[in-house]
Amino acid sequence: MISLTSPVRTRAHGWPAGPKLAGLAVATTALFLISGPALQALALAAVLALYALPGRDFLRHGLRQLRVLWPFVLLLLIWHAVSGGWAQGVAIALRMTSTVALANLVTMTTTLGELTDLLHRLLAPLRRIGLPVRLVEAGIPLVIRFTPVLITKGRLLVEAWRARSPRRANWNIVLPMALLALDDADHLAEALRARGGLNPSDED
Amino acid sequence: MERNVAQIALFAALIAALGAIPQITLAFGIPITAQSMGVMLAGAVLGARRGFLSMLLFLLLVAIGLPLLAGGRGGLGAFVAPTSGFLIAFPFGAFVTGLFVEHVRLRPIGLRAGLGAVLGGVLVLYAFGVVGMSIGLGKSIPECVKLVLAFLPGDLLKAAVTGMLVAALARARPQSVAWSQSA
Repeated sequence: MISLTSPVRTRAHGWPAGPKLAGLAVATTALFLISGPALQALALAAVLALYALPGRDFLRHGLRQLRVLWPFVLLLLIWHAVSGGWAQGVAIALRMTSTVALANLVTMTTTLGELTDLLHRLLAPLRRIGLPVRLVEAGIPLVIRFTPVLITKGRLLVEAWRARSPRRANWNIVLPMALLALDDADHLAEALRARGGLNPSDED
Repeated sequence: MERNVAQIALFAALIAALGAIPQITLAFGIPITAQSMGVMLAGAVLGARRGFLSMLLFLLLVAIGLPLLAGGRGGLGAFVAPTSGFLIAFPFGAFVTGLFVEHVRLRPIGLRAGLGAVLGGVLVLYAFGVVGMSIGLGKSIPECVKLVLAFLPGDLLKAAVTGMLVAALARARPQSVAWSQSA
């Protein structure tokens, strides 16, 4: 399973994940505090400069990650063109793009392993107040392993459907996929038990 | 213990897989954002507690940078985008759906699951989603409600489909849909 970490090595890859996340929180808060299109444009320019530093591939890949925002940018611009206050609309669109771009930047420069470690530390307090954190943590590698398995099986189901029907596969495909997931879960549970189970003694 | 972990993990994986198979369309050609249907399914099949944990697990994996959202998206950016409210609502939506099917004694099973899906998978998701959009887009709550209402018919249809699917699952794997045994 491929993570969204950028293969382009940047200096930020070496920084610890905790401070990067804290910095992201501060920067995002700051973006909501400053107002006016001029300041927001400056902020976005600074964010884009960060994207441009590691090189053109990194910048291009980063911009591609932002394309889900364009419908919202369009919506905001049309909204404010109709209702007035275009400066505010532009400011909001800029702020939205900057916050998402910054968050993506942290994701692109931090490895899965580091974030998993950080998650473990962040979840520790929840464990103390008795939430079943361990159930969730034990699930992480299982999901990473089984997502591609289910995707492959799902694609096979869609192909089998196509071979038999002139129409496109519809929600009918969800039922066999859910059944496959439930059955896989049963087999997986047996396999885990057969290998000694999830050891409750390594609680911390 | 092992069975709980396995089911929580496999449903999280199922949601991801539903997002990765693009060819699914609902009746009338409405594309499923199959993932919100997965939220309804997780709650209705696993129940409140495990449904919640399963969706929480899914969100954590998205947060640490796995491209599990529809269209191969993921990472921290998904949690600050204008649609983030819907995403953050996943565990709570599954929880409410699960709570409904576990405690409201209603027959047939499909109707119970369908209503639970409307409550958790539509109402709860929209409530969180509207607040998220309101913050991200700088619009008032009523304005955002108007924006999302366009998606309501499709989502109600999804809830109905979820009801039918859960009824079929309960027939095929009665031991996996535990609450369906109770009256």
